[in-house]
Amino acid sequence: MKNRNYIYSKIIVLSGLLFISTVSCEREFSEDVAFATFPDTGEIFTDLPIGMGSDFYFPYGGSKPTAWTVDGENSYKGSASMRFDVPNADDLEGGYAGAIFRIDGAGSGRDLSGFDALTFWAKASIAVTIAEVGFGEDFGENKYLTTLPNLDLTTNWIKYIIPIPDASKLIQERGMLRYAASGIGEAGLEVGYSFWIDELRFEKLGTIAQPQPAIINGEDVIEPGFVDSEINLYERGLTQTFNLASGVNQTVNITPSYFTFNSSDIEVARVSELGIVSILGNGNVTITAMIGGVKAAGSLTLEVGGDFEFAPTPTLPQSDVISLFSDTYTNVFVDNHNPYWEGSTTLGEETTISGQNIISYTELNYVATVVTTTTPVNASNMTHIHLDLLTPDAPANFIIKIKDFGDDGVDGGGDDLEIAYTVPSSQITTDEWAVLDIPLSNFSGLNNKSNIGFIIIESGINTIYIDNIYYHK
Amino acid sequence: MNITNIYQSKYSISIGLLFAMTMFVVSSCNNSETQTVANFTEISMQDEFDTNGAPDGTLWNYNIGTGDNGWGNNELQYYTDRSENITVQSGMLLITAEKEDYEGSVYTSARILTKGKFKQQYGRFEARIKLPYGKGMWPAFWLLGSNIDTVPWPGCGEIDIMEYKGQEPTTLHGSIHGPGYSGATPVTKTYMLENDRFDTGFHVFGIEWTPDYINYYVDDVLYNQITPADADGQWVFDQPFYILINLAVGGSFAGAPNEETVFPQTMLVDYIRVYKSNQ
Repeated sequence: MKNRNYIYSKIIVLSGLLFISTVSCEREFSEDVAFATFPDTGEIFTDLPIGMGSDFYFPYGGSKPTAWTVDGENSYKGSASMRFDVPNADDLEGGYAGAIFRIDGAGSGRDLSGFDALTFWAKASIAVTIAEVGFGEDFGENKYLTTLPNLDLTTNWIKYIIPIPDASKLIQERGMLRYAASGIGEAGLEVGYSFWIDELRFEKLGTIAQPQPAIINGEDVIEPGFVDSEINLYERGLTQTFNLASGVNQTVNITPSYFTFNSSDIEVARVSELGIVSILGNGNVTITAMIGGVKAAGSLTLEVGGDFEFAPTPTLPQSDVISLFSDTYTNVFVDNHNPYWEGSTTLGEETTISGQNIISYTELNYVATVVTTTTPVNASNMTHIHLDLLTPDAPANFIIKIKDFGDDGVDGGGDDLEIAYTVPSSQITTDEWAVLDIPLSNFSGLNNKSNIGFIIIESGINTIYIDNIYYHK
Repeated sequence: MNITNIYQSKYSISIGLLFAMTMFVVSSCNNSETQTVANFTEISMQDEFDTNGAPDGTLWNYNIGTGDNGWGNNELQYYTDRSENITVQSGMLLITAEKEDYEGSVYTSARILTKGKFKQQYGRFEARIKLPYGKGMWPAFWLLGSNIDTVPWPGCGEIDIMEYKGQEPTTLHGSIHGPGYSGATPVTKTYMLENDRFDTGFHVFGIEWTPDYINYYVDDVLYNQITPADADGQWVFDQPFYILINLAVGGSFAGAPNEETVFPQTMLVDYIRVYKSNQ
């Protein structure tokens, strides 16, 4: 029968190949041919770490460095699993758990291009949501960082799937796993728990399909742009979504390097491989993107009309101010201008326009300017808080909260106070700087000004620029 | 693919291949032909969808509108014969579900049938199809008893060669409905693909139907055999049936689409072929 012949012919070809490879083994590849290939091992942890080398666990700063252990008592399969002990917030070794698992050795890495997902089995001591689990972080360029946010664990072993956004990019990847998890409960008072991960590996499932990449959270955003300024698209909602065999759409947060960006007018703006939009000239430009030939939802249209109008330069002498953010003054040390708190949608932080520093937020709901948690500001002698604000959007109420760390001078501990003052929308005009100079006495109840930790802002305004944050007398 | 290929492939793949390999090595190709099997070798109808434009009018009719109560299933789409919803392009039949306000419905799609143009009793019915995905997508390749106008459903019988829910992209349903076993209680079985899905590539969905059984195939896999003994009621599959192919949206089987369902969604049909049975 015809088909038997077909099968036989395949066997003949196979035998032929065997034969050829057997008789031709004297020939070797020329030494000029460089095969820059890396192991295509999928397994990361089964009963012990696989192919990771000896020095592979790198905790995040401020996290508990001993959170990860190999647990011989619990496993989904085999004899051991990875155990993660998320500490209480007041744990002296670190208030949360988080780390990367990076293959040991500079120049090492794996070829993951034949896989389509990172998979693992996991459970926790109580039902809990893990803030971030992913891969692609190597504490170098972190080019292909991929994160599944808000992973819900139960007390039963369940298999989890983190799709690879575009495996063809991952020909030498060292970052096999990353995770970040904090305790359960109110900020500063979180209580720890444990979770376990087993059978951690990259797999070719064959069921990761229907990619729906997105930039700018899938929205078509139009906003003003300014010559000589930059916009970091990494902070503007880059995601990849795949449909899993279960029918669930799984969305991961990803880095710009997975995308190919396009600028509709390279005289107006260009986009680097790292997702930095550099605005070069006047005009309108639309930034779009693709992953693996699939057009990403969302776009950023910039209407570049000229120079940015900065806030009025403050005139008070340095001796009368404690400045948190201003090019006019020497600023006190501030941890960051966006701690990316859980529940905050706010993107963006400090940036520069024409060489001047400015804070730029988008997708604002609430965000904090975080003064170092160990040495809060002593504003006892100050009478006002100052802040300049500009938005291209329609005005809305703007709430400023001052967080007093209390006598213990640290975040948490039960003696903290958060006092709010609302700037009514009537004091804000679209496209005009609002110069806010608010007496601290308006923050009623703020009796202790010697340990001010955070300034939190909350507003229904989506896009906002902020400059010149300082206390003064 | 020729007929021999299709038929042979069904019982070869794993054991068959090993067997064939052994045969080759040991005795080089003496085939035993002692098996008595039903043959489905003579083609009686085929549409390869090679002519661009509307489907072949000598083979196909349209169902238009919403039928009674969403074609009896609370389906949400309005079926049209517009090229937006049904067209032949590049060797494929494309049936596309759109989200649009149309004649009081919020979705449109298409359904074609060979009623009055082609019917057959027994044989192999197969189609090579790439399915859509997403909650609420309900494509089907199926047969109805051609006496439906005198013996109403379910008395006329229904053979569902392929049904699928867009929210379960690896799962296929094959069923028969008849008097006493219809609606929510058909004789049915599901088949799940391993390491593959129905919306990322083409798969062949087929039945082989004789007086004694209806065998259900996907690609090379026989996944179910239904015999008259399995029917909890009268066996009504000894008469000619006609073919239907459609993409429903919503309805009692797949449920309504949700906000994650991507529109438009297209079902691509490479071919539909029917073979006579020698029994």
